[in-house]
Amino acid sequence: MDIAFTHHRLDNGLDVIVHEDRNCPIVAVNVWYHVGSKNEKPGRTGFAHLFEHLMFEGSEHYDEGYFRPLQEAGGVLNGSTNADRTNYWEVMPANAVELAMWMESDRMGYLLPALTEAKFENQRNVVLNERRQNYENRPYGLAGMAIVGALYPPDHPYHWLTIGAAEDLKAARLEDVRTFFQTYYRPRNASLALAGDIDAERALELAHDYFGELDSGAEVPPVAAQFASLPVEIRLILEDRIELPRLYLAWQSPALFAEDDAHLDLVAEVLAGGKTSRLYRSLVYDQRIATEVAASQNSRELGSYFQIVATAAPDRSLAELESAIRVELDRMIHEGPTEPEIERCRAQAEAHFLHRLQTVGGFGGKSDQLNAYNVFLGNPGFFERDLARYRKSMTTDLQRAAATWLGPGRVALSVVPRGRTSLALIESQPASVS
Amino acid sequence: MADRTRLPKPGPEFAYTFPEIRRTRLANGITVWTSEHREVPLVSALALVRAGAAFDPADRPGLAAITGDLLDEGCGSLDALALHERLGRLGAQLDTEVGADATLIGLTTLSRTADEAVALLAEMIRAPRLDDRDFGRVRDLRVNRLLQLREMPPAVAERLFVQLLYGSHPYGHLPIGTETSLRAMHVDETRAFHRAMYDPSRVMVIAVGDLSHEALLATVARAFEDWPTANDPRAYPDPAALPAPSFGPSAPRLHIAPRTGAPQSELRIGHVAAARSSPDYHALITLNLVLGGQFVSRINTNLRERKGFTYGARTTFDFRRGPGPFVMHASVQSEATVEAVREAVGELTAIRHDRPVTAEELALGRAALTRGYPRNFETAEQIGRAIAQLALYDLPDDYFTEFVPKVMSLTPDDLTRAARTHIHPDRLSTVIVGDREKFGGALAEIGLGDPVEVSAPA
Repeated sequence: MDIAFTHHRLDNGLDVIVHEDRNCPIVAVNVWYHVGSKNEKPGRTGFAHLFEHLMFEGSEHYDEGYFRPLQEAGGVLNGSTNADRTNYWEVMPANAVELAMWMESDRMGYLLPALTEAKFENQRNVVLNERRQNYENRPYGLAGMAIVGALYPPDHPYHWLTIGAAEDLKAARLEDVRTFFQTYYRPRNASLALAGDIDAERALELAHDYFGELDSGAEVPPVAAQFASLPVEIRLILEDRIELPRLYLAWQSPALFAEDDAHLDLVAEVLAGGKTSRLYRSLVYDQRIATEVAASQNSRELGSYFQIVATAAPDRSLAELESAIRVELDRMIHEGPTEPEIERCRAQAEAHFLHRLQTVGGFGGKSDQLNAYNVFLGNPGFFERDLARYRKSMTTDLQRAAATWLGPGRVALSVVPRGRTSLALIESQPASVS
Repeated sequence: MADRTRLPKPGPEFAYTFPEIRRTRLANGITVWTSEHREVPLVSALALVRAGAAFDPADRPGLAAITGDLLDEGCGSLDALALHERLGRLGAQLDTEVGADATLIGLTTLSRTADEAVALLAEMIRAPRLDDRDFGRVRDLRVNRLLQLREMPPAVAERLFVQLLYGSHPYGHLPIGTETSLRAMHVDETRAFHRAMYDPSRVMVIAVGDLSHEALLATVARAFEDWPTANDPRAYPDPAALPAPSFGPSAPRLHIAPRTGAPQSELRIGHVAAARSSPDYHALITLNLVLGGQFVSRINTNLRERKGFTYGARTTFDFRRGPGPFVMHASVQSEATVEAVREAVGELTAIRHDRPVTAEELALGRAALTRGYPRNFETAEQIGRAIAQLALYDLPDDYFTEFVPKVMSLTPDDLTRAARTHIHPDRLSTVIVGDREKFGGALAEIGLGDPVEVSAPA
């Protein structure tokens, strides 16, 4: 896995990473800001994401929507916000990369003069509709909120989802946008990656020309979080407009790239990755008590969470699912995976890796990954070492990781059809979400 | 200091050569497309079977899809678990897609294991076990999926919409089928469907990746060439050739599926439109970009960026072998339902007469389609899927080379003519899944027909 790159830091603190790839006449421009919903405060949630929307609405020297000129040049673009970071990207034809650099630098340096109450009001409504569409009006849509709400204490930066609370979004003020921009949208808190059909020298020259003039900004206030693992199981119930009940089990787990993070990725793969996985085989294939099952290590900067999700077949209770899952978890903790299982999972991990890195741009492409390694580890070239985390995992590592992290302290959320509370795990308390 | 007084202009246009595509016919009739892509040590193999959901018997919606789903539940000497164990160890990613016209089974694998992976792909297609026990299990999973979809507004709307548009035409149902049909289905029906449809006369194979044309072809040939053809393709006429109801129902129709308390209304508005073979294809995709096919389109700008009614509104011409649907889709805040529908219909109407596509809009649409075109050929899988379009729609081998000049030759008049021919605001069928009490106005005044309350489909 050889992804050659150059790495420079401009005087204002902006990291510039360039990877040449001549396969296709396109260049990916990718900007990460090291800010996400974890930088929000209780009562002001959802703001980092709302802010991301405003970044597409114009800046001082181009005070119109950002999509039009970039698409007219043949580019595609998007952005996203999660708990830890916000990213923006364009994939441009090789002859139009300068346009993307102009525009990314203009909104990094000069967003505020173009900001108006009307834009703010409009995008707040768009985000409230995004929330209705993807959370409120979607089956199981509020489960994620219930889980992080119980997994982390109220003052923990992962206590809320990135989409935020509707009342917080409604309470947001234009003034908050200014402060947020000045605090976080600064070169020293950003990383710029270019990948594709461009000379490294030319790319760096463009970065100097467009981003070099921007003021570096003050140091970003740190975010701290105590690891406060749950001493006991918390059982919650959520009634929803659904046909089949679903069980969510969630544990706090080690942070992204920390010891055991990759092991838990593989534990998830052994448990629920595809039809040969243990939980699929047991719950869906043999016993037929579930219609689907998934497991994932949700890796994040300050601490991850491991999750198992299973949807019951008709007339099956979540208690049945829970005991069937417990059997497999116990087996994993006491015996670990078999050698053939871990070989298959390593092959899959390697294939996923290759797959993702086929493209220079977009979410998960090479430019995005260079920035991820740079922002979280300060080392854009972590590819080989990242893959090695999986390659050198042993059955005993997975067993130990499962035993260490997947213990009794967890959140068990039962989502059941309205009025069918008997399908939930016993002694579950109502989750309060909206 | 950077010059911020104006946006930089793109540099000179550059030449781009499309990946070379070679086409070979095996003795049993299977056409094989190959293309080299040497960037990453992967090979993407795709089998296209002319057996989509439109081939479902009238009383068995869902048969093509469940048959496609059963391909990886065991084949030849391997049961489902053994098959997936093999695929997993090869690092292969399998993906089956059942559309209206065809089923596409794709496999991406390391190039050094391409031989073994393509052999498995062939085995799945040629000799799936279609075992009774597996059938029962998979059928139940699909019925359960349908149960869940009852509460998923986009799925409910989609299903009601194609029904309303096409009635009993083969495009009148979704690939997943219905609970009634699946519950009544027997494993023998999947066996008969497989026997009839999964035959060399209906199969095309595409291989793209880090091997030479010769090696790619040899890999496919080894796996597929000894498969004898058994049937007469004339026995299964293309359902797409059946006359589609022209534009759907002759008068506007408005169906509402109630969803009490819903914070948003799920909208589908449209009618039957053009087939992929339409000579207006290029004009229509460009027109669609202006109207509702991209972020800066008229409809998204209106409903999202000006009014804030929705997270996004889009229009689509769903091109197929037969006339496919044209549809505006959006999920809008309940209280803005009537106004959103009025605005959307207003845009569909205006683009035909009052506000035809301007030269500036055309320039943007053409540029968006053509300048970034090479982006669609970055990975082996993308190239494979592009070739699958050639295979499915009988497009010429120089189709990609011709694409840019064709789009660039369009004039505003071409788009206006296409709009007048293919968009018919007086023939719209509308489906709304939402809470009628909260719609914020009188739907009847919009002229989409009298609202009829329908129940979510079973």
